[in-house]
Amino acid sequence: MSAQAQPNSFRTGPDERGHFGQFGGRFVAETLMPNILELEKAYEEARNDPAFHADMASYSTHYIGRPSPLYFAERMTEHLREVSAASGRSGGAKIYFKREELNHTGAHKVNNVLGQILLARRMGKKRIIAETGAGQHGVATATLCARFGLDCVVYMGAVDVERQKPNVFRMNMLGAKVVPVQSGTRTLKDAMNEALRDWVTNVSDTFYCIGTVAGPHPYPAMVRDFQCVIGNETREQMMEAEGRLPDSLVACIGGGSNAIGLFHPFLDDKDIEIYGVEAAGHGLDKLHAASLSGGRPGVLHGNRTYLLMDHDGQIQDAHSISAGLDYPGIGPEHAWLHEMGRVKYISATDEEALEAFQLCSRLEGILPALEPSHALAKVAELAPQKPKDHLMVVNISGRGDKDLFQIAEHLGNQIV
Amino acid sequence: MTQRIEARFEQCRQEGRAALVTYVMAGDPDPETSLQILKSLPKAGADIVEFGLPFTDPMADGPAIQAAGLRALKVGQDTVKTLDLIRRFRAEDQDTPVILMGYFNPIFVYGVDRFLADARAAGVDGLIVVDLPPEEDDELCLPALEAGLAFIRLATPTTDDRRLPAVLQNTAGFVYYVSITGITGAATPDFGKVATAVERIKRHTPLPVVVGFGVKSGAHAAAVAQGADGVVVGSALIDALKGTLDSEGRATAGSIDAVTKLVKELSDGVRSVAKRAAA
Ligand SMILES: Cc1ncc(COP(=O)(O)O)c(C=O)c1O
Repeated sequence: MSAQAQPNSFRTGPDERGHFGQFGGRFVAETLMPNILELEKAYEEARNDPAFHADMASYSTHYIGRPSPLYFAERMTEHLREVSAASGRSGGAKIYFKREELNHTGAHKVNNVLGQILLARRMGKKRIIAETGAGQHGVATATLCARFGLDCVVYMGAVDVERQKPNVFRMNMLGAKVVPVQSGTRTLKDAMNEALRDWVTNVSDTFYCIGTVAGPHPYPAMVRDFQCVIGNETREQMMEAEGRLPDSLVACIGGGSNAIGLFHPFLDDKDIEIYGVEAAGHGLDKLHAASLSGGRPGVLHGNRTYLLMDHDGQIQDAHSISAGLDYPGIGPEHAWLHEMGRVKYISATDEEALEAFQLCSRLEGILPALEPSHALAKVAELAPQKPKDHLMVVNISGRGDKDLFQIAEHLGNQIV
Repeated sequence: MTQRIEARFEQCRQEGRAALVTYVMAGDPDPETSLQILKSLPKAGADIVEFGLPFTDPMADGPAIQAAGLRALKVGQDTVKTLDLIRRFRAEDQDTPVILMGYFNPIFVYGVDRFLADARAAGVDGLIVVDLPPEEDDELCLPALEAGLAFIRLATPTTDDRRLPAVLQNTAGFVYYVSITGITGAATPDFGKVATAVERIKRHTPLPVVVGFGVKSGAHAAAVAQGADGVVVGSALIDALKGTLDSEGRATAGSIDAVTKLVKELSDGVRSVAKRAAA
């Protein structure tokens, strides 16, 4: 951790050039710059327009189904209190789930897509492109394109097309065109390269709907703003349930959008502990996708951030059992929060995530996606160490239906 | 060093023709073949050579250049080795400008100051870094100018008259006009539109304007040379090379010739268009 001065507020970034400290920026081909500047201006206007916010609020309520519940996970809490007792402590935090998996389309991704699609409509763009890893962002984009009658093309790594088939079917049903990407490692980073290539080619009529808090400015800030609904609701709901704010927050990190959405409204509450959970894959000394724990600052996909790369700056393959976390980078704001020491970034392996998936399914009757199963794995580790009056919120960013075939395969049993 | 670039354009002007700029990927398909190809380019008629810095994620390039980069990376090409190839080229050829073209991350990771010093020492004259728009000039463009290397900027069909001055501001050596909105190796441009765009850019700058993206043949090169000060060809040369590789992606006896044959055709195309010397 570097010894940079702590700012008065962790919530003011980025600066006008799109920088969070040394991270962020706009590293794209000249062809795209006029478009990105146009987008920045359009977003600035929308942000200051009450009509835009009214639209967002209305669709959030009636189409997405917000607010999502903040649920007291009683059985999980009890179980982890027993774990605590068994190890000779008498703790065990009180665990709450922020239920983003209950959103229409089954994940937090739709919060951001709603914002970007309403913005694309304001800008008069008729063709939407997106990249997707797990397929949740692709499904959310395909859904809102169907709802508003827009053309939709989704780039998805060929490997991910294979392991997230249910979501590919969904996108097809919704009328989107899914393009399997065969280049590079055939996962999320290549899908993003391919989407950028499409955008460079069709720059005048196309809106690029990015699925996480990465990419050139203004995307990291814009996607964060759209996802902050998660944290804002959590504040209110926790006040209502417990009469006070939570003591800790936990969320998984691919690019980091569900995490920043939960964290951001709490960043200036300095006593609240915040944990971001990266995917440690087979382990941090083997193949993984933990860019903060195992990477260095570099420049990719339009921004400077922590990346997995070799001595020469070549991007290395990421690995996670979870397609949504299988990305060699992370949003630039997280890189900054990491260096400032405000958020603790830890990691969970494939095995730990699978175990947490089963624990949550059996104790709470909720099948979490493999992505938030990474967060749950760390909750299982952290909660027993906290006192009983400690309030811990974990973001259940998506539901596990899309992962069932894959999980069955890993657990060595067939679904039917 | 920008002098070598200036001298070469001056020479072309004297000869009353446009310059031929050729792009190949460093280390493709192996370092030794790559060096032989680099050395053969000026002899076959290239006036300026661009050498690609391989990168895993070349988001503004098409399949041909991406595959070339991955072939090079597979045999262990990196920035140190690329500069070494240029050093060896420079030992034989003191006049042909060498431009490194690539993406920022390998340079950033190498360290900007160290990279500029090493590149200059190796005999590099200029840089084209695709993902550094004028908004990020502090990163490499300004330090490069200070270190005596030309930072060659891309102008594109989306760069309108309002934006053009910002794009041209810190540009040196020449301006690279990207003939299409799109990736390398894709569409062939509308040559009429390209000529109009070149005229528009020349109203804003005294620098030579060269045109690239989509130029594949001697006839294309001739069409571009009508209005532009130079023509860039990359993917077509890489495709020619790729056509000669064996099933493992290794060079064969015909590899170097396939490239030089196309360079010769392109050079003939450029030279078929006479221009008035020194306007
Ligand atoms: C359910 C779910 N959670 C989390 C993620 C990771 O994305 P982010 O880190 O941007 O929240 C994904 C991505 O596909 C996802 O589908």
